Amino acid sequence: MGAPQGTSLEAPLEGLRVLETGGELGAWCGKLLADMGATVVKVEPREGERSRGYEPFYEDQPHPDRSLFFWHYNTSKRGVTLDLQRPEGRALFRKLAAWAEVVIDSHPPGYLKDIGLGYEALCASHPELVMCGITPFGQEGPYRDWAMTDLTMMAFGGPAWSCGYDDHSLPPVRPGGNNGYETACHFAFIGIMAALLHRDQAGMGQYIDTNAHACQNVSTEAGSHHYLVAKQTVQRMTGRHAMVSYSPPQMLKCADGRYLSTGGPVRSPEQWQGMLALLDEAGVAGDLKNYASAPNRNAAVAGDKAQMEQLQKLAAAQEALAAKTSAYELFLKCQKINLQWGVIYYPEDVLTDPHFVARGFPVQVEHPELGKSFTYPGAPIRFTRTPWRIGRRAPLLGEDNAEVYRDFLGLDEGEYQSLIERKVV
Amino acid sequence: MNGPVDKRVDGALSHIRICDFTGQLAGAGATRQLAILGAQVIRIEDPIAEGKWDILRGGGPNVDERRGPELGGAFNNHNVEKLGITLNTRLDKGKALLRRLIAISDVVSENFSGGVMARWGFSYEAMAAINPRVIYVSNSGFGGMGPYVKYKTWGPIVQAMGGLTANSGLPNQPPAGWGYSYMDHTGGYFMAMAILAALYYRNRHGVGQWVDMACTDAAAALNGPVMLDYTVNGRKLNRSGSPDTNHNDSPVMVPHNIYASQGEDNWVAIAARDNRDWLALCDVIGRAEWKADARFATPQLRKQHEAEIDAGVAQWTAQRTHREAMLTMQAAGVPAGMVQRPADRVENDENARAWGLWPEVTHPAMGRVKVDGMPIKLSETPGHISRGAPLLGQHNEQVYGELLGLSKDEIAALKQERVI
Repeated sequence: MGAPQGTSLEAPLEGLRVLETGGELGAWCGKLLADMGATVVKVEPREGERSRGYEPFYEDQPHPDRSLFFWHYNTSKRGVTLDLQRPEGRALFRKLAAWAEVVIDSHPPGYLKDIGLGYEALCASHPELVMCGITPFGQEGPYRDWAMTDLTMMAFGGPAWSCGYDDHSLPPVRPGGNNGYETACHFAFIGIMAALLHRDQAGMGQYIDTNAHACQNVSTEAGSHHYLVAKQTVQRMTGRHAMVSYSPPQMLKCADGRYLSTGGPVRSPEQWQGMLALLDEAGVAGDLKNYASAPNRNAAVAGDKAQMEQLQKLAAAQEALAAKTSAYELFLKCQKINLQWGVIYYPEDVLTDPHFVARGFPVQVEHPELGKSFTYPGAPIRFTRTPWRIGRRAPLLGEDNAEVYRDFLGLDEGEYQSLIERKVV
Repeated sequence: MNGPVDKRVDGALSHIRICDFTGQLAGAGATRQLAILGAQVIRIEDPIAEGKWDILRGGGPNVDERRGPELGGAFNNHNVEKLGITLNTRLDKGKALLRRLIAISDVVSENFSGGVMARWGFSYEAMAAINPRVIYVSNSGFGGMGPYVKYKTWGPIVQAMGGLTANSGLPNQPPAGWGYSYMDHTGGYFMAMAILAALYYRNRHGVGQWVDMACTDAAAALNGPVMLDYTVNGRKLNRSGSPDTNHNDSPVMVPHNIYASQGEDNWVAIAARDNRDWLALCDVIGRAEWKADARFATPQLRKQHEAEIDAGVAQWTAQRTHREAMLTMQAAGVPAGMVQRPADRVENDENARAWGLWPEVTHPAMGRVKVDGMPIKLSETPGHISRGAPLLGQHNEQVYGELLGLSKDEIAALKQERVI
C-alpha cells in the first residue's frame, strides 16, 4: 500500500490559529498542533518562558536560545514576548485571543481570570473561541493550588506505584522524559480537536478543563482497573508488568551489553521448535530437546513443579544464548519464529534502527542563527496525504514579535515601535 | 434514546460515525475517548471466533467467579459507550455489509498486524473507492510500511524499541521500564489524535486519507530532550551512572527523588524547582543551616552534593508518613506527592472524588462496574460514561436494522448463515 494519489504537501491542521500561554505543562500540546500545521503563537514574558533556562543547553552553554528542552517542545511555533502585568500588555493579549481560534493556557488556576483574561472575558465577543486550561489538578477543587512537577505528578497520579524493581527496598521509579506532562497534553489535544469539530457544526466554542493528575490516573492500565473491578493491587517487578501475582523475569542481557525484552512467551509448537533450533545452534539446548512442547508459564507459576523445572531450564538456556548473541541479532531471530521480543534501545540507538530510518523518523531541522542543522525526533503519526512536519525550529526569544503584532494583528509601525519603547513587548 | 441507534446528540462528536475494528488497549483505547465524546463507535467483531481476537474479552480482572467472553473487566473498561456488532468478513455477504457500513462511516479504525485489512480486500484504495471522505487509521507496533511490518509486538516491545524502557531506572541497575503497557494507552491517545486531525482536514478539503500509525514512532517521539542531547551535544543516555530518572538533569533540580517514609513500601516524591523551593524545604526539614551554605547556593552546586542532600531529606521523611510528608511540603509550597497505591487513588483521593474520576457503568452481564473516567471536562459537550462495553453482537438489530435498513427476516437469515 503506497501513499494515495494526489498527496498534498499541506499539513492536516494548516490554517488553524492557536495561542499558547503559560509554562512547560502545555508546551507539548502546542508542539503537536504546530507540527501538524497549525499556526501556534507562544506568548512569553519579556524575560522568556521558564523552560528557556532548562538543561541541557547547546554546547552546555546556558542561554535563553540554547535550551534543548525548549528547542524540542517548541518546534514549529512562533514566539512573542508580552508583559501581562501591564494594562497595555493585557489589551494586546485580548487582541491575540481575538485573532486565535484556540487558546492553550497552562498558567496556575485563576491566573488569567484575575487579570481580566479568563475564558468568560475572552469569549464574550468571540463565542467560537475554544480555550483549554492545562493544570496539575484542574481549575477547581481540592489541591488546585498545589505545586507539582513531572515527578510528583507521576508519584501521586499512579504511574510510579507500578514501575521499579522486584526488590522493594529500592524506590518506585518515575520513568524519564516528562511523560506526565505529555499525557496531560494528549488529552488536551483530544479535547481541543473535538471542540473544534463541534464548533464547525454548532458555531460555538467552549472551555476545556484538563486535569493532569486525572490524566495520569486513567493511564495506568491494570494498576487502576484491577482495583476498580476486583479491588486487587498490582505490585511492581523489574522491567515487566506490575501484576497482582508474581511473574518470571522478562529481560535478557545480551553479548553486546544491551537488554532484550522477552515478554511474549514461547508457546506454540512453531515457537518451541524454533527456540530449540536457536538454542541448539548456539550449543546451549541441553536436554530441553527432550520436551515435546513449550513450558506452560501460568501452570508453572501456579505450582506445577514439572512445568517450573522446564521453565527454569529454558530461562537458563536463553541466558546462555543471549550471552553469545547481540540484542539486535537475537531480536531478528526471535521475530522470525513469531516471538514478540524486542531490543531495549537507548534513545540514541533509535535514530539508526532500520525501521525508524525507513519511515523517515530522524528529521533535519535548520538553526540559521547557528548556521547549522540538527537531527530531531520526527513524526509520531504518519499521515499519508497531509504530512506531519517540523515547520521551523523553536523561536528565539521575541523573534516573531514584528510578524505577529504587525502582520497578524494589523498594528501600524508607530504602534508597534511604541510597544517596544514602553517595554510592553 | 436519542435518534437512530442511540446517537448521542449532545456530544462534541455526535456527528461522527466510526466503523471500528480495534481491540486490546492500543486500539480500543483510542475509540473509547471518541465514544465518550459522543461519536457513534460501531465495534465490529468476528462471530466465528466470538470476538476472541481481542484477548481482553475473556481476560481478567473479573467482578466475581464467573469467566467468559462477556465478563472481561479490562474489555469493559476500554469499550464503554460503544455499540457492538458481529460480522464475518471472510464471507462475500459479510464483505458486502462492510462496504455498506464504510459508505456511511466517517472513519475506519483498526489495530491488526500490518496488512490484514488489505488481505480482506479492504485496502485504503478500496475503501476510498466506496467513500472518498472516509478516514482509515491503522495502528500497529511497526506500522504498515517499513522493514518490520510483519513483526509482532505488544506494549512492552513498543516501549523497548522506542527508547522509553531504557530511560527508566536507577543507576547500576537494569532498566526498570514501565510496569504496564504505557504505549497501549498512549498509542491509543495518538490514534485518537490522528483521527481527529484527519477529520479536521477532511472537513475543509473534502477528502479522507490513510493514516499509518506505528506505535513505536509515537514512543520515540516522547524522548525529545534526551535525544537532542545526543544529536546536538553527542551525550548518550547509555553512560556510567545513567539513566537515573528519579533524579533530574533537565532541568537540574536538587533535591528531586522518591524517598522512603514510615510503613511498609511507602514512598513520597519531593522536588525543589528552584532556590525558593530549596529555602522553604530547608526550613521544613529542620536544616536552616543549609540555607546559607555556599555549597548549596544553586541547583547546579546542589547537584554536586546530591547524596548528602538526599540523605538529609530521607532522614526527615523516614520519621513521618508519606501523606504527612506530602502535606507538610505542600503547605510550604514545595512540590511533593506520595506514591499512591491504587486503593489510595480510587478511595481516598479528594481531587479524584471532586472530579468524579471513577464513574460506574452498567454492563449487561457484569452489572455496575467502576471504570477509568475522563480527565478533561468540555464545558458545553461533556460527553457520557454510563454504558458498559457491548456484548458480542448486542447491537446487531439496531445497526443492521435501523442504520442499514435490513428487515428482521434478513437479519435472521444473516445469523443463520453465520454472516453476523
